[in-house]
Amino acid sequence: MIKQRKLILGSTCLTLVPQLAFARNPFEFQTPVTPIARETLYVHDLFLTIIAVLFSVGFGFLLFSVIRYRASRGHRPALFSAPRTPLQWALSALPILTLVVIDYIVMGIPAYHAVLTLANTREDAALVVKVTGSQWRWRYDYPDQGISFISNLSTSQEQRDSGAPTDPNYLLEVDKPLVLPVGKKVRVLLTSTDVIHAWWIPSFGIKQDAVPGFLRETWVKIDRPGIYRGQCAELGGGGHGFMPIVVEAKAQPDFDKWLADAQTAAAQAAAVTTLSKPELLKRGQQDYATYCALCHQPTGLACRAPFRRSLAASRSPRRRP
Amino acid sequence: MSSAITDFGHHDAHGEPRGLLRWLTTTNHKDIGILYMLFGLTMFLLGGFFAELIRGQLIHPANHLLTPELYNQVITLHGLVMVFGALMPVTAGFANYLVPLMIGAPDMALPRLNNWGFWLLPPAAIVLVLPFVLKLIGIGNGPVDTGWTMYAPLSVQGGPGVDFAIFAIFLLGASSLMASINIVVTIFNLRAPGMTLMQMPLFVWSWLMTSFLLIAVFPALIAGSAMLLADRHFGTHFFSAAGGGDPVLWEHLFWFFGHPEVYILLFPTAGIMSHILPTFARKPVFGYRAQVYSYWAIAALSVVVWAHHMFTSGMPVAGQLYFMYSTMLISVPLGVLFFCWMGTIWQGALSFETPMLFALGYIVLFGIGGLTGLVLADAVADQQYHNSFFLVAHFHYALFGGPIMGVIAGVYYWLPKMTGRMYSERLGKWHFWLTMIGFNITFMSQFFLGVAGMPRRIPDYALQFAPLNMVSSLGAFLLGASQLLLVYNIARAAAGYGKPATNEVWDGAQGLEFTLPSPPPHHTFEEQPVVT
Repeated sequence: MIKQRKLILGSTCLTLVPQLAFARNPFEFQTPVTPIARETLYVHDLFLTIIAVLFSVGFGFLLFSVIRYRASRGHRPALFSAPRTPLQWALSALPILTLVVIDYIVMGIPAYHAVLTLANTREDAALVVKVTGSQWRWRYDYPDQGISFISNLSTSQEQRDSGAPTDPNYLLEVDKPLVLPVGKKVRVLLTSTDVIHAWWIPSFGIKQDAVPGFLRETWVKIDRPGIYRGQCAELGGGGHGFMPIVVEAKAQPDFDKWLADAQTAAAQAAAVTTLSKPELLKRGQQDYATYCALCHQPTGLACRAPFRRSLAASRSPRRRP
Repeated sequence: MSSAITDFGHHDAHGEPRGLLRWLTTTNHKDIGILYMLFGLTMFLLGGFFAELIRGQLIHPANHLLTPELYNQVITLHGLVMVFGALMPVTAGFANYLVPLMIGAPDMALPRLNNWGFWLLPPAAIVLVLPFVLKLIGIGNGPVDTGWTMYAPLSVQGGPGVDFAIFAIFLLGASSLMASINIVVTIFNLRAPGMTLMQMPLFVWSWLMTSFLLIAVFPALIAGSAMLLADRHFGTHFFSAAGGGDPVLWEHLFWFFGHPEVYILLFPTAGIMSHILPTFARKPVFGYRAQVYSYWAIAALSVVVWAHHMFTSGMPVAGQLYFMYSTMLISVPLGVLFFCWMGTIWQGALSFETPMLFALGYIVLFGIGGLTGLVLADAVADQQYHNSFFLVAHFHYALFGGPIMGVIAGVYYWLPKMTGRMYSERLGKWHFWLTMIGFNITFMSQFFLGVAGMPRRIPDYALQFAPLNMVSSLGAFLLGASQLLLVYNIARAAAGYGKPATNEVWDGAQGLEFTLPSPPPHHTFEEQPVVT
């Protein structure tokens, strides 16, 4: 019994310090699974190396000066105020020219190709998915397949009120993830119904704003099946921190099966035209939980906060029902 | 300061008022400079208080110190108060106090405008923060909560706090424009005989460029804010697609102001560097001309690179490439500045009084801010960095590591001149080392948080971000607490304690201000010195 309790305590500590537990390299992004994310990681590693070298050289000169040219050691100051000899001019120009080469050759050329690659959303796209941000949830549409659903945060209220959450996917779990096929280029269209949101999944190397009234586009091509998590990255009000993004990448046969099931379920739902009162109540409850509960209490009072304890206190003129 | 306050008996022919009325009606550049700096210090403490609230909320996941709404209000006020309330006024205070002394002018060219410019600031700060205070006592729903960038349509949707912020911006804009025009006129017309533009001290040059930038870009923010106000209340649709507008237009207007704003904050402290480094290296400024030309280049480039803040907003390829490559170009004149600072201390005879320590800290921290900025310029890699904690860490290295470190260096450097008293060197050194340690703990961990995938402006976060957030918060508490040493050092010198300062203050100090007594008399250079 004691042993078990110790085990629980120990594993809690481990989940609280996963970075230490898994000894993840703190300089690296989350594991990349798309071409863009891999390219970005390569660029990131290259940049970090370059700026680490630049910083070390600059800091080295500073440290050398600070140690070598101390007045307390009786060092006499030189009097120069500009480069004088051609050699000194050349030495002065060297760091500047190095910067230009780093900017426009080392960084500039790969960056040029990366921009063009990222902008090419249409070529060979096998699937189109539309992502719509709303305060504070994501809606996913498969326009050609006739499927659409809303993806809500599903972390329990107890976890959020606990003060010491233990759920390993705390605030990164949704009721219905976006499902995408592996190995196919997926064109992602983004828009919003209210304010600007941003759809960010670190493993995909993609962050694209969803602007109300306009369509933006980006693309992903996922290497391997798995569950990938991200968050909204543009402040959109009180629930901004509570609209996670979860993508479930499936191998093509699994994806096809999921698609067929989802289409059947959608067709069944559409076929039902008359509902009994208990069914209506159940549907209403579901709809309330999915759409309304984030902003409105069952009492009709307005609430903007995902934290229930603060609801009574917060009043918003524009969100009052 | 105390002697500066009382020591004006020699010119009472025109009967200046004493006490509160003196400070309200003063047109003396030193008095106004001191008012600006005290105002900036107050706002620095207020903004710091908001920062500690942010880090208090983020110290562990599922914390309930602040509600998400309050959290958004606090991060917004932190940004606005620090940028507009603390840094801009404090550098303007330096300009008011020092520019006339450095160019041998009797006062600013437009003294009444100067008074008016300052006295617009306290109402602006009150208008900005008032809704926060009212909320605390249960009135209204709080101040602006949109982030300091105030992106539409969130800012169209927000409560009355946004209107308060808009009016604060109007007042701040008017104040900044008055101060800038005054500085330009002073520099062009009141230089001592013989002082050509290319003989001006670099601090004066840096403020000339700052003023030009302010005059060029602040109107864009004022216009944008007026459009926002119209969208909110007058039924226009500048930022609403439903009425034919575009939310991204606000981003363009904001960043057309917002990016040069970085250099508006930076320039004065870059100028301060070129006074402190030569003094404590006992060696002339290295590359005076190169630094002046770099100021010009940075000022010119800063107004044509704004949309690198918007790489994820969705821009056509040509726009992405243009803003990426033009942004990279800024590294060249900035590199020249760094090179000149290093060249100034190279082979000098260095001593390490507190201003010099902060100046060296500036080179290191702002260096990190600049180098990480190089990385952010890559439009595609920016998809990972943008709006993550990496970005937060970057701009705090650029804005705290640069301007705030530079301002603190300047405070320690000129405090003996302004008050006539030396600060406590021992406490100054403590202040420096605690600031360096606290700052790096706070913000270095945020680079790693950003790389790991934590977005900014969230009040609660996933568990994998917990350890580094704890570290960052503890660092922030240390950083915040150590700033009290600065307050103590200033108060101590202002109250007349500490060793009396000599005229020259520092044994390597150059410049007209060091030919005057410490503190300088109320009126100086009534007869202009001749510079040869």
